[in-house]
Amino acid sequence: MNSNQHTGKPDAFTLGPLEEGPACCDPQPVVQVRNLSLLYDGKIALDKVTLDIYKGCITALIGPSGCGKTSFLSAINRLTDLIPGCRVTGEIRVNNRDIHHPDTHVQRLRRQVGMVFQKPTPFPLSIRRNLSLPLNEHGISNKTEVAAITGQVLRDVGLWDEVHDRLDASALSLSGGQQQRLCIARALALKPQILLMDEPCSALDPLASGVVEDLIRRLRGRYTIVIVTHNLAQARRIANYAAFFWVSGRAGQLIEFGRCQHIFESPSHELTAAYINGVRG
Amino acid sequence: MREMKNIHTAQVLRERAVQFLIYVAVLLISAVFIWILADLARGGIAHLSWEFLTESPRDAGRAGGIASILVSTLLILLVALLTAVPVAWTSAILLVEFVPADSPFGKTVRFSLHVLAGVPSIVFGLFGNAFFCIYLGLGFSILSGGLTLACMLLPILTSTAEAGLRAVPHAYRMSASALGMTHTAALVHLILPAAAPVLAAGLLLGIGRALAETAALLFTSGYVERMPDSLLDSGRALALHIFDLSMNVPGGDMPAYASALVLAGLLLCINITAMKFAHGLQRRKIMT
Ligand SMILES: Nc1ncnc2c1ncn2[C@@H]1O[C@H](COP(=O)(O)OP(=O)(O)O)[C@@H](O)[C@H]1O
Ligand SMILES: [Mg+2]
Repeated sequence: MNSNQHTGKPDAFTLGPLEEGPACCDPQPVVQVRNLSLLYDGKIALDKVTLDIYKGCITALIGPSGCGKTSFLSAINRLTDLIPGCRVTGEIRVNNRDIHHPDTHVQRLRRQVGMVFQKPTPFPLSIRRNLSLPLNEHGISNKTEVAAITGQVLRDVGLWDEVHDRLDASALSLSGGQQQRLCIARALALKPQILLMDEPCSALDPLASGVVEDLIRRLRGRYTIVIVTHNLAQARRIANYAAFFWVSGRAGQLIEFGRCQHIFESPSHELTAAYINGVRG
Repeated sequence: MREMKNIHTAQVLRERAVQFLIYVAVLLISAVFIWILADLARGGIAHLSWEFLTESPRDAGRAGGIASILVSTLLILLVALLTAVPVAWTSAILLVEFVPADSPFGKTVRFSLHVLAGVPSIVFGLFGNAFFCIYLGLGFSILSGGLTLACMLLPILTSTAEAGLRAVPHAYRMSASALGMTHTAALVHLILPAAAPVLAAGLLLGIGRALAETAALLFTSGYVERMPDSLLDSGRALALHIFDLSMNVPGGDMPAYASALVLAGLLLCINITAMKFAHGLQRRKIMT
């Protein structure tokens, strides 16, 4: 694990591996959000957001609490369908397909667009079953195949050495950081193309948070990641693109979107500058 | 300084007083419980024997045992549970998982259940008599009695199941959906297993309620003490047997006590099991 990557000079604005992936030099949108508005019980929570998420890159969503970052993420995999009184307008295209089209198979969409929540949410089942249950539900029930995927994703998230001898223990017996990595593994097991992460480190202690951050960094290039984080230093360390949200009244808005350096070094909007400086200073 | 000391003494006194009251309340409750059990045991244990459990009653219950009564009780209970449980649990699932909490449908069902829960059992008995015995032509029968009991059990079974399902963390539903699992899959693999201890506790509570029921059965399953041949035969439930022996049969006190002891024993077992299940939920066992 290359943990020295984010312990280097704290004020270095070069983002290291940022330029290395070809995908990011030639941005290819996989998620296109157009005029997305979101209402809870008729009250507006997100106002006309237009944004592209680029393939293979990490896009960080930053902004104060209540500006609609979680709502924005949930709209992309249509988890907002589950919230009574929530209405979404505007267009979201994933791989150039309108996700609100009546033909959209929502389970297939959510398989393609995985999600990791702020609080680790392992099921009250064994570690093994946490991974195999969603696989079974998507028609992968061949025992050897499931075992192979289980081993693979647990290694991917660096959990294999810690749990390989107790796969049948309850997932609830794991520590918070391990639970969160298990949740990431569970999402990866379905081979998603896009991964939505809602403050995946904020419920973890600094050490566990660092482990998860390294993991996310390793996922870059292989997955398209949208991550919400309140940790601006973390956003700068791992993200290629950043989107700054702000809330005026109750309506969350997208203020600025661009390359990570631009947002952090030379933001074009004064709100962005104020927020970044405020948090920094 | 002195004031502080006074406040401190006052706090200690108040603490003591509260503790004392709690002890008194606990003692009172236990005393009532133990007194009832002791009275039953004193009156009934002498009459209790293996024969008492395996013979049918003779001479209006003065002699013989309660075998046919136990069989009738069990059959009534079976009919009641087999009809009430599927209806109650399906409605609970519907209310929690598929209907918004504040929809007119949900409100109507919940209101009806509240009303049903408050109806005295004698009213259920009269309704059962009018509807099952007379209107549907089932007569005084185990079937009529069981179906009447089923109506009575619906509220308790439905509301415990609803509470159990609502207690399952919403995060399970969200993360299951986020993994592309269908609502049904989440229900079968996550929500129902997590709610199972509460469902079981509710079931046991319902059984306890059904076993203790007299008034609702008086006009529906009747009080023929013979061994029933079919569900369309009349059959006397245990609680009703006790009532009849003590009210209408001179010299029936001893068998009444013994029957009551059997009933109390059954209820005690069921309640202990129910508590164990409820406790199980708190410890949230792992389910592999
Ligand atoms: N389920 C909900 N019902 C009603 N209002 C909600 C719900 N979820 C979020 N909101 C409101 O929407 C706004 C945006 O919330 P959220 O997306 O959670 O913001 P963030 O993740 O940026 O903190 C907040 O004002 C919040 O109160
Ligand atoms: Mg949030």
